Amino acid sequence: MTKNIQELQGIASQVRRDILRMVHGCQSGHPGGSLGCTDYIVALYFAIMKHDPSFNMDGIGEDLFFLSNGHISPVFYSVLAHAGYFDKAELKTFRKLDSRLQGHPTTHEHLPGVRVASGSLGQGLSVGIGAALSKKLNGDDRLVFTLHGDGELQEGQIWEAAMFAPHHKVDNLIVAIDVNGQQIDGPTNLVMSLGDLPAKWAAFGWEVLQIKGNDMAQVVEGIEKAISMTGHGKPVVILMQTDMGFGVDFMMGSHKWHGVAPNDAQLEQALGQLEETLGDY
Amino acid sequence: MTKYTYTEKKDTRSGFGAGLLEAGKRNPKVVALCADLIGSLKMQDFINAFPERFVQVGIAEANMIGIAAGMTIGGHIPFTGTFANFSTGRVYDQIRQSVAYSDKNVKICASHAGLTLGEDGATHQILEDIGMMKMLPGMTVINPCDFNQTKAATIAIAEHHGPVYLRFGRPVVPIFTAPDQVFEIGKAWMVNEGTDVTIIATGHLVWEAIQAGEQLEAMGISAEIINIHTIKPLDEEAILKSVAKTKCVVTAEEHNRLGGLGDSVAQVLVKNTPYPQEYIAVNDSFGESGIPEQLMAKYGLDAKHIVDAAQKAIQRKG
Repeated sequence: MTKNIQELQGIASQVRRDILRMVHGCQSGHPGGSLGCTDYIVALYFAIMKHDPSFNMDGIGEDLFFLSNGHISPVFYSVLAHAGYFDKAELKTFRKLDSRLQGHPTTHEHLPGVRVASGSLGQGLSVGIGAALSKKLNGDDRLVFTLHGDGELQEGQIWEAAMFAPHHKVDNLIVAIDVNGQQIDGPTNLVMSLGDLPAKWAAFGWEVLQIKGNDMAQVVEGIEKAISMTGHGKPVVILMQTDMGFGVDFMMGSHKWHGVAPNDAQLEQALGQLEETLGDY
Repeated sequence: MTKYTYTEKKDTRSGFGAGLLEAGKRNPKVVALCADLIGSLKMQDFINAFPERFVQVGIAEANMIGIAAGMTIGGHIPFTGTFANFSTGRVYDQIRQSVAYSDKNVKICASHAGLTLGEDGATHQILEDIGMMKMLPGMTVINPCDFNQTKAATIAIAEHHGPVYLRFGRPVVPIFTAPDQVFEIGKAWMVNEGTDVTIIATGHLVWEAIQAGEQLEAMGISAEIINIHTIKPLDEEAILKSVAKTKCVVTAEEHNRLGGLGDSVAQVLVKNTPYPQEYIAVNDSFGESGIPEQLMAKYGLDAKHIVDAAQKAIQRKG
């Protein structure tokens, strides 16, 4: 399963192309955050996690991943397909009638790889904590990973969960926050500022790491460091600075591409840029 | 009229506590979560027996529902406990997305339901919970009538795969069902066979219905009384079989008239045999502070009101 950095970058490049084609294909969805979080999810599934594409819901003996910010479903679906959970051809059905690839992830359609519905923000950390507690009760020493958007931290349930995990020593849990500074209505600092995130998580009793989320080598190294910090009584949070729309210059850093699909010309331009900047591995 | 007697009154929440302990003994995958109301939910016996299988979440109900959903992954069977108000309205979205839509095997156990929470008043009472929960696809909704039935229901839902809403209460009510009963989810219990009017009751209003049946019998009216402990899935066959005989219905519940058992029964009738129906329920209002008996009388939920409703239903069938 473990790939070198160049191979991971190659997979990430393919996944980014999938994201653009999927969102373009249905003229709907969220490309910005998906492109920004690609490196992290690719690293998890192709270098870090022990997981089994034959998929069973309980995942005993496996590492588990929960996507809490479910609107970046295109990157999740593409990674699952590339990892062998289902046929890549199914990506074309994204957000279309009768598809297992709903706009936001769901277990309802029995898509392999998805263990909980997400989309209504703020719930995934609680679910991840529950899964981590279940692993402890089962004597299962594998880890639970969750991913959240920074705007999602405006939901109160996140902080209920943030208080819970250190109190109960949930130390088999690694949480990543996609700190891209953008949300639908604009820059996060204008909509509802999040303040000093490292200090806030540390004050709640978490181990805190900060990495550049669009540098594959740093992402892998950061996750490996986070793993080394597990098992010592504290949960770990990775504050991951990313660019919304990473890899496509007219999307990068703009909240306008949070939930807008490219037209035909924009798709062509974007796919070309991905080849130029990231290479066609 | 079948005679039902009792020697003891007890709260249905204690039935939940006893059932939870028994469910925990029978299945090591049963776990319990509570949001700072261990005493109110009668969870202490379970905690004493299985401390490692209990999770104190604190005053954070949304987090509790999410953690419960997550604990099912790995095969655990979580029972969450808090007041009915905070078990439903406060966390509707968490239940909808992380439990019901995700088809998680979570048992949402809700105490202090309805008006008879009493003196705390309307902020802590809830009369909309059955409606909210029954509208969620895949959710089973159970409202048992006394201590023994609540205990049996709690044991039964641990063996049922899928999300369940189990509703019970704070006031002491007569224990009139058998201690060794088998609880069958979705199967109505025929309390008394009759010919003139069907009284369909749920929760501790089943006892009020029995008292009403005795008063009606003294008036020469034969009441068929059905205990609908499972509001969803509803035992439509039992309801239709009864109304085919009596040709009129009274429904009785400690819930808002809108969206509860009465509306579920009305849907069955209107699709099949639209006979007259009278509602015993709270008439689309919030509650208030008071002792349970006072509230039952003021909001029209006691035996006297069931008798009046039965007479009205019989008159309406002409």
